[in-house]
Amino acid sequence: MDALLKEYFPILVFIGIAGGLSIVMILASLVAGPQKPDPEKLSAYECGFDPFVDSRGRFDVRFYLVSILFIIFDLEVAFLFPWAVSLGDIGVFGFWSMMIFLGVLTVGFVYEWKKGALEWE
Amino acid sequence: MTAALSNDLVLAIPELILAIGAMALLLLGAFRGEGAAGLVNWAAVGVLALAAWATLAGTGEAPRLAFSRLFVVDDFARFMKLLVLLGAALTLPMARSFMARAGAERFEFGVLVLLATLGMLVMISANDLITLYVGLELQSLALYVLAAFLRDDAKSTEAGLKYFVLGALSSGMLLYGASLIYGFSGTTNFVDLAATLGHGDGTGPAIGVVVGIVFLSAGLAFKVSAVPFHMWTPDVYEGAPTPVTAFFAAAPKVAAMALFVRTMISPLGDLAPQWQQIIVFMAVASMLLGAFAAIGQSNLKRLLAYSSIGHVGYALVGLAAGGLQGVRGVLVYMAIYMVMTLGSFGCLLAMRRGGQMVERVDELGGLSRTNPMLAFVLAALMFSLAGIPPLAGFFAKYFVFVAAIDAGLVVLSVIGMLASVVSGFYYLRVVKVMYFDDAVGPLDRPIPLPVRLVVTASGLLTVLYFIVPAPLLVSAEAAAKSLMP
Repeated sequence: MDALLKEYFPILVFIGIAGGLSIVMILASLVAGPQKPDPEKLSAYECGFDPFVDSRGRFDVRFYLVSILFIIFDLEVAFLFPWAVSLGDIGVFGFWSMMIFLGVLTVGFVYEWKKGALEWE
Repeated sequence: MTAALSNDLVLAIPELILAIGAMALLLLGAFRGEGAAGLVNWAAVGVLALAAWATLAGTGEAPRLAFSRLFVVDDFARFMKLLVLLGAALTLPMARSFMARAGAERFEFGVLVLLATLGMLVMISANDLITLYVGLELQSLALYVLAAFLRDDAKSTEAGLKYFVLGALSSGMLLYGASLIYGFSGTTNFVDLAATLGHGDGTGPAIGVVVGIVFLSAGLAFKVSAVPFHMWTPDVYEGAPTPVTAFFAAAPKVAAMALFVRTMISPLGDLAPQWQQIIVFMAVASMLLGAFAAIGQSNLKRLLAYSSIGHVGYALVGLAAGGLQGVRGVLVYMAIYMVMTLGSFGCLLAMRRGGQMVERVDELGGLSRTNPMLAFVLAALMFSLAGIPPLAGFFAKYFVFVAAIDAGLVVLSVIGMLASVVSGFYYLRVVKVMYFDDAVGPLDRPIPLPVRLVVTASGLLTVLYFIVPAPLLVSAEAAAKSLMP
């Protein structure tokens, strides 16, 4: 039991440092920063939207497109991390498997670029 | 490692051709712009033909597994893959003129059909619950977009949205069933599942497995649109652009039925007493609903949608019977059904009056006088769909019913025959309107050449099938044999 807890000691230290650092940052900005609030500054920032409005409101469909495109590359990174960590074990086969996956993704990227999905206007 | 990998890749050549072809055409379209629509369409047909040619190689070999047993290639897979590829390859040229008139001539159509077909081939070759799901999703996602392809048309977008929401629900049910089966058997592989679930110690399978099978079959039943999971079919078939509907009724249905048969026969074969009653219920309900609900329909696309629900019911009769005979019956049924349904939708695509699609039954009035050849083919297809000898549709029904009677499911076959009689009413009504009602007016000419070719070929095959029934029966028998343990 003790051995188990000892293993978790670094995590406790980590949590302590993280918490302490956060408190220091908030306090430092409270003490040192100039405080000139206005309504715009006090409102919550939510991707450019007013956070509390009727959910039936209209918004630009391009937000949706951007978020879809984001998810694809977000997932790509989610695959790349474990791949990069284990590259030594999975060897050439693993390397080229990922290259093919990235190639397929690039085809999609070229398509969306050419279609103008990345341009806002 | 390398030898094993190249062996795996050789078995998946048709899939690789489709994947690489789809991506190359996507890039071609992206760089050439909308002007490439025609080129991409024809190139897609070429890619499908190439994949069909690759599928044919190795026919008659013993079943082989690939990719750590995730993927299986046997004669059953080859038979179904050829049907799917044929369905897709015939839809593409028929869609050209329709899309051009609808102002939706985009190169994405050919690419999406290729990707959907790729998903179907993966489904057909699935030897693992994971492969099954990946193939199914690839197919479904492409089909959702195809249903909403006329994006300025309210009905088309509604069809796409409905299909997407209900399809997501059914995928959820399928995944839930798959997770239960995995949880209670410890494997997702079909070979291991057959071994684990097969050796009964007299107590039967765990209740969790049975619940899992129920959910899995619910998800699969949705994809083949069997009652009680058919609700999306009429709306989606009516709303989707007609060539897309033709594609929906042909290729995905064949692929989903192949998946259904493989899942039930191969990993769950020893649990037949558990799932047989589910299939029998779905078969009876589909046949009856297909027969009765179509009677009130005035829209031809809706009528054909209910007709396809009924036909899935007849095919499920073969699956309920199981065994070599039953599976052969399903295979023959799906092949003939696909020819008939492509022909029927081809006839719909051929009919325009004043630039408008002819979609209502009463608009067919007097077609036998204004356009006798088309009326004759449509009448032959209607007689065949009703199952009247000596047309192809009769043989399709004959083989599943014989299998069912041999398996002791006499009541099921009697219900099927009665449903078939009822459904005769609405098929014959179409013929009656064409031949005995007053003429509404001439159709637009000319009928696009690809549509004419498909309609003619389908009419000939349906009418003349009884002369040479052997090739289809022999290959279906070989395909069914390869599935049997």
